[in-house]
Amino acid sequence: MTDAQDLRRRTAELLAAHPPATTDRLEFLRARFDAGLAWVHFPAGLGGLDAPRSLQAVVDAELAAAGAPDNDPGRIGIGLGMAAPTLLRFGTDEQQQRFLRPLWTGEEVWCQLFSEPGAGSDLAALATRAVRDDEGGWVVDGQKVWTSSAHLARWAILIARTDPDVPKHRGISYFVCDMTDPGVEVRPLRQITGEAEFNEVFLTGVRIPDAHRLGAVGEGWKVAQTTLMNERVAIGGARIPREGGMIGVAAADWRARPALRTHDLHQRLLKLWVDAEVARLTGERLRQQLTKGQPGPEGSGMKLAFARLAQEISGWEVEFLAEDGLTYDDWTMRRPDGVDFTGREAGYRYLRAKGNSIEGGTSEVLLNIVAERVLGLPPEPRTDKDVAWKDLPR
Amino acid sequence: MTAETRPAAPTPDPDLLYSEDEDALRAAVRSLLADRCDPATVLAGLESDVPYDTGLWRALAADIGTAGLLVPEKLGGAGASTREAAVVLEELGRSVAPVPYLTSAVIAVTALLALDHDRPEAAAPLTALAEGRTVAVLAVPLPTAPGGRPEPAVRADAAGVLTGRVTSVADAAAAELLLVPAQGPDGPELHAVEAAADGVRTGTVTPLDLTRPLGHLTLDGARGRLLAAGDRARAAVDRALLTGAGLLASEQLGVAEWCLAETVRHTAERTQFGRPVGSFQALKHRMAALWLEVASARAAARNAADALATGSPDAAVAVAVAQAYCGPVAVRAAEECVQLHGGIGMTWEHPAHLFLKRAKSDELALGSPGRHREALAGLVGLDAP
Repeated sequence: MTDAQDLRRRTAELLAAHPPATTDRLEFLRARFDAGLAWVHFPAGLGGLDAPRSLQAVVDAELAAAGAPDNDPGRIGIGLGMAAPTLLRFGTDEQQQRFLRPLWTGEEVWCQLFSEPGAGSDLAALATRAVRDDEGGWVVDGQKVWTSSAHLARWAILIARTDPDVPKHRGISYFVCDMTDPGVEVRPLRQITGEAEFNEVFLTGVRIPDAHRLGAVGEGWKVAQTTLMNERVAIGGARIPREGGMIGVAAADWRARPALRTHDLHQRLLKLWVDAEVARLTGERLRQQLTKGQPGPEGSGMKLAFARLAQEISGWEVEFLAEDGLTYDDWTMRRPDGVDFTGREAGYRYLRAKGNSIEGGTSEVLLNIVAERVLGLPPEPRTDKDVAWKDLPR
Repeated sequence: MTAETRPAAPTPDPDLLYSEDEDALRAAVRSLLADRCDPATVLAGLESDVPYDTGLWRALAADIGTAGLLVPEKLGGAGASTREAAVVLEELGRSVAPVPYLTSAVIAVTALLALDHDRPEAAAPLTALAEGRTVAVLAVPLPTAPGGRPEPAVRADAAGVLTGRVTSVADAAAAELLLVPAQGPDGPELHAVEAAADGVRTGTVTPLDLTRPLGHLTLDGARGRLLAAGDRARAAVDRALLTGAGLLASEQLGVAEWCLAETVRHTAERTQFGRPVGSFQALKHRMAALWLEVASARAAARNAADALATGSPDAAVAVAVAQAYCGPVAVRAAEECVQLHGGIGMTWEHPAHLFLKRAKSDELALGSPGRHREALAGLVGLDAP
């Protein structure tokens, strides 16, 4: 079993062989992956050492102290948080060897071709089709939407319908899609904030070899569950210090602008401060459970709490700032690499936070999941469960 | 306060889980309560004149030994910490048990522990409390918040004779020993007074929460034994109230847990419009939202119990956060429990009302959420306008 001491030794060896000050960034990241120090809980040969997940913090701390470059996790979050765990669970050896290393180093960015204009919360209703070609591969046609990073991505995880004659959950397959295929067209989708962080993606006769399928034909929904669960954990699970994130910005505003203070805003800020601190503690408790190998159901709720807090705090902040809250920093159409929640002004935070209760599963869907899977309440009656997808009303 | 003076914001690494010993203690307490404190028993007890369930108390305090959890071993206790006492309170909250655990085994014990307990005037009562032979209460109104410094309502003269009236003291009628904060000739004092002594009268009040009775104490020339004076007396009272408030969060968690579990059970079984009512999205979302609050309350309550157990410098913040958060969660859980039980929830026979009364009373106890948020404002540097 790899322990903390062993990881410190391996980290020191990596740093000695590739001094960060004199080593090319990408070269260092590749060497770190090959040393098994990328994600220590992954298998040996795939960037890890089969070590306990909790020990990653040991490696990260040592490397940060040595000034080692990171792999810009904000930019490649979809690959790290969603594609990688799915590839690890469902990918073949060849797929894992081909995709994981450049995914982790950031040489290849990933995006997620799941949602469609007609299939958001009801994701399994998707209509993008994948049809067998003569050589046993697939030809994909359809439209995806709300796709972060599609304009930067080399690869996508894609779900498409391979059998319209069975009920919707059973006719879906899961693929890795090459974003450089000539049939892939990415168009910016301008958002509420003015920028185009998301995209529409049009798929026209996109050819995918069968070797790029993940899981069995028709089993794509099961594979997608792994992706979606990891997505929610990734969205709600970041470790933050007290007064980290938006509440820190709001508290700093309060301390810096005594002239704007009112009693009503004070009461509401204190309540939000408590809520943020309790959300932080709840996340911390979840992490402690995971570390001890007793995962609790709290993970399902963290994204809900995060979304509500982000919206309430940013709304408070715009109101607190009074005249300054009436202005916006920049409406120019931009193509950002990611979401910058603390680097921009309150108005941006307020507007962008509206997405937190929609992206990665709406709060309404998550509440259903908690109610049915955590509390065991009876499911909503469904009229579409046993109906072939092609016969569903659209 | 200006932007430069950010609070030191110590964020220690609290242990927010339950240890194996704590799980074992929980199992013992839960099993006892299942046998001796089902809702029908609690209801029946309320119709009698006894201030608490003495048989249950003996079993809980002496047989399982929970009364002495916070008392050091050399004084006959278990030498455990607030983490273990918090687990007991979670279980007592889940069954709205009518026993003076919070008032006697937590608050009164903590006050005595803050004194020089090598001296007999503190050691003797601690030993008696640890064995569950005596019930003691700190003579302050139940809503008193930690850190608040109202002038004690009782005056002590130079000879230790006490005069004054303290209202709404929780479990006053159950107590044999009163720990009375008093204003002495040279400042604050803390006295021990036998409840049966001359000059002590306990008048009962009809409480909102029938499972935690209140009494008005009148001291008219009662003789006290001086336990501490000056800063030591004040610190003992503060520590007792802080510990009580911090662990009350665990009782509130237990109340909320029972309410949510019963509501889920009921709505999954109760059929209306041809479906279990728990399958309607409008209702299941309310229960899911409540579940998230209960899970969050657990983290907040554990954090407070752990901070008190480790003597963390963060304890005051942890307690204020837990009290600001957990009180309203328990109240909401109990209110949802009554509402989602429909007509059944409004009846005396169904125990939901016992939990609502305990939850609402607990919200005021040891400082309302608003008081704790005010305390927090000072602690984390978010000054009022």
